[in-house]
Amino acid sequence: MAATTETTATLKPVPQIVTRTVRPAPRGWVSWATTTDHKRIGIMYMVTTFVFFLMGGAEALMMRLQLGSPNNTLIAPQTYNALFTMHGTTMVFLFVVPMMAGFGNYFVPLMIGARDMAFPKLNALSYWLLVAGGVVFYGSLFFSAPEAGWTSYTPLSSVAYSPTNGMDAWIFLIHLTGLSSLVGAVNFYATIANMRAPGMGWGRLPLFVWAILTYSLLLIVALPVIGGAVTLLLTDRHFGTHFYDPSQGGSPLLWQHLFWFFGHPEVYIMVLPAFGIISEVLPVFARKPIFGYKAIAAATVIIAFLGLLVWAHHMFATPSPAIVLVFFMLSSFLIAVPTGVKIFNWIATLWRGTIEFTTSLLFCVGFIGTFVMGGITGIFLAVFPVDWQLTDTYFVVAHLHYVLMGGSVFGIFAGIYYWFPKITGRMLSEGLGKLSFALMLVGFHVTFLIQHSMGLSGMPRRVYRYPDVGNLATYNLISTIGSFILATGILITVLNVIRSVRRGTVAGPDPWKANTLEWFTTSPPPVNNFDLVPRVRSVEPMKDIRRQVERQSGGGEQPAQPVEESLIRG
Amino acid sequence: MNRIPAALRRKPLLLLTLVAASLVAALALAGPASAGLLAPEHDGSPNAERIADLYWIIFAIALVVFAVVEGALIYSMVKFRARPGAVAAQIRGNTRLEIGWTVGAAVILVALAVVTFIELPGIRTPENSGADGLKLANGTLLASSPTKALPPNGKSLNICVNGQQYIWRYTYQSDCRNNDFKAPFAYTTMVVPTDTTVTLDITGQDVIHSWWIPRLGGKFDAVPGSYNHTWFKIPGSMAGETFAGQCAELCGRNHADMVAAVRAVKPAEFETWLDQQKQAIADADNAAQEQRKTYGGTASPSTSP
Repeated sequence: MAATTETTATLKPVPQIVTRTVRPAPRGWVSWATTTDHKRIGIMYMVTTFVFFLMGGAEALMMRLQLGSPNNTLIAPQTYNALFTMHGTTMVFLFVVPMMAGFGNYFVPLMIGARDMAFPKLNALSYWLLVAGGVVFYGSLFFSAPEAGWTSYTPLSSVAYSPTNGMDAWIFLIHLTGLSSLVGAVNFYATIANMRAPGMGWGRLPLFVWAILTYSLLLIVALPVIGGAVTLLLTDRHFGTHFYDPSQGGSPLLWQHLFWFFGHPEVYIMVLPAFGIISEVLPVFARKPIFGYKAIAAATVIIAFLGLLVWAHHMFATPSPAIVLVFFMLSSFLIAVPTGVKIFNWIATLWRGTIEFTTSLLFCVGFIGTFVMGGITGIFLAVFPVDWQLTDTYFVVAHLHYVLMGGSVFGIFAGIYYWFPKITGRMLSEGLGKLSFALMLVGFHVTFLIQHSMGLSGMPRRVYRYPDVGNLATYNLISTIGSFILATGILITVLNVIRSVRRGTVAGPDPWKANTLEWFTTSPPPVNNFDLVPRVRSVEPMKDIRRQVERQSGGGEQPAQPVEESLIRG
Repeated sequence: MNRIPAALRRKPLLLLTLVAASLVAALALAGPASAGLLAPEHDGSPNAERIADLYWIIFAIALVVFAVVEGALIYSMVKFRARPGAVAAQIRGNTRLEIGWTVGAAVILVALAVVTFIELPGIRTPENSGADGLKLANGTLLASSPTKALPPNGKSLNICVNGQQYIWRYTYQSDCRNNDFKAPFAYTTMVVPTDTTVTLDITGQDVIHSWWIPRLGGKFDAVPGSYNHTWFKIPGSMAGETFAGQCAELCGRNHADMVAAVRAVKPAEFETWLDQQKQAIADADNAAQEQRKTYGGTASPSTSP
């Protein structure tokens, strides 16, 4: 600086050459720890949450081992309760929700043609809050893990019945990851609302970005409620309040209402981004535009809205007035309509396409087929007299895994196989990918289909052992075997990723001939993403760009079949 | 020009076939043999039977939806896989088709709602006791509550169910909010007369539990500070049977061991059992009082170790 401040006596300033030391681009772990680049943060999100996924999976396998035979004594009841509490909490708060944030972080700016998120430093804060939440929660393993389930119903979670600090660790996990998601959601919203490429109106927003936008709005609405609810629990536990204590005029059902007012939107927070991934991947590999773009985008928003009105269907067995039961039954029915619309639209996207059986597409189809079954069992559960038989049994466990594992997780795997070339510049092995998919699909259905029958046979959830009556022993053994097939499938994808990061085929910028802007830049993208942001003229900007390149380079392939006028919509 | 694919145009016929097939399949499967594999257990009480009926109706509709959707998915995967020379149809949507399936989905759900409302009163509202049931002349066991549903004739045997970590307590009295210390009670196994409508007032002592005997109907949470209500009526032919169940809401470390049972006996036998129970409780009370006198302690339990 000193060189530039030197003054001269002449009136005209003399042009000067200023030299500064050019620092080399930062490398090593410090650069990762201090980064505000949305792509690096996205990668850290995805890697961290995947590690949590494997930990949650290991907990699930331990539970299945314990339940592999009746009256098993492998795991003590308090350990078992800790396992399902850790498993559920990990999968919801430390895997699915932040994994979607990871995808969103990496791809939302790329898909809308932005150079970063709106608030890069807040973005880094979101990530580190998530890590803090995970550390606080898993730290409780070294002291006393929480045992009240991921729903932590009061009074069981009150200090009288859960005296250990594990319960408090759970509360702080909710606070920290909640804050992380809230900050992230505001950031997504600001980014999508303000930083879209020229020409990208709301009607040309990629459907994955629509999903992340809706995900963010739901997080902003739902998270403050759970944040408040766990704060009340914290003051009940340590500062002498009685919000949930019936003997002092409080209400245990208040907790359930607050928890599920958050908890059900949370279901859609977890599954809507997966819907978004499916809506991006299907048209690419069917070589067809998405069927009913507007209907899918509208269904996303409608599902989110209705998702805020169905929470008490988790509480059909509580002492609640009949009118409440009827209202929540009907609102739950209603949400099946936009969900059905999406499924029909996806199948119609495949219809008359030329489907390329890539691993990513297979995961999408596995998702649709599995999610449909989860949706159908959801209708059984929405009819409250039938729910009285099914709730809190393994039928519900099966249902929620059909929508969350078969739904969100298959969607996440479709995303991994689809976007890995963009993130790393290398392809994943398709052979290993297909093997992984086959094992996961078979393992999943072997594990969870039979769990419907366990529930119908009277086996409640969250029991560390069961008597040898009826066919329960056989059902449980089948489920345990399936869970290990499923785990093998997941491990093969892990191996595939580790192998391909260094040795995969080089991908190039656009290996799939895809539709959206992230494929316009190099793989992996440079720090600033795009040297030039193209003008967006349709929902499929890359298709337009490829067509233009072909025109300018003088023909080449035949353009896509002309569209019949009567079939064009919006 | 009709662009709706041929397979979809044939859909009404296809759909009818599927409905018929799935109804036949559902009826064939619907037997006591399949309870537990494909449907809830249900043979102990009329309300449980009606829940199972409703379940089977939903099951039949669900089977059709399942077959149509998965069928279309698999069909398109096979039919429209990439082949050399094949060109994908660049279709962006079809308003008529989209409105069609939106309305179709809604119609199915309206039908389900109608069926549910038809079945609902029979599930929620208790029936009158049968002719061979317990003669409820003795008013002390008659249910009395302004808030819960009672049988049309107002007569049912009322039992207060209290969930506690990790045991169920049953008190045979009409008004659960005013604890009658002389009322007979039992733990874990509830003894009830057959052919008699039994109404339950369910609450929790400490944490939330959930009352569930699968063959006698759905589950009802036992929430501290409030009462939940259900009923059952075991047919006379099932006298001597025991119906097993267990707590269905996570209530702590021994949740899995918090079992419940309902033993059905003939009304005469029930009255004998009730008298025995009263006698046994009175005897135990007297014995406790004797002991306190003998060992010179006060009546207050606070002095005992």
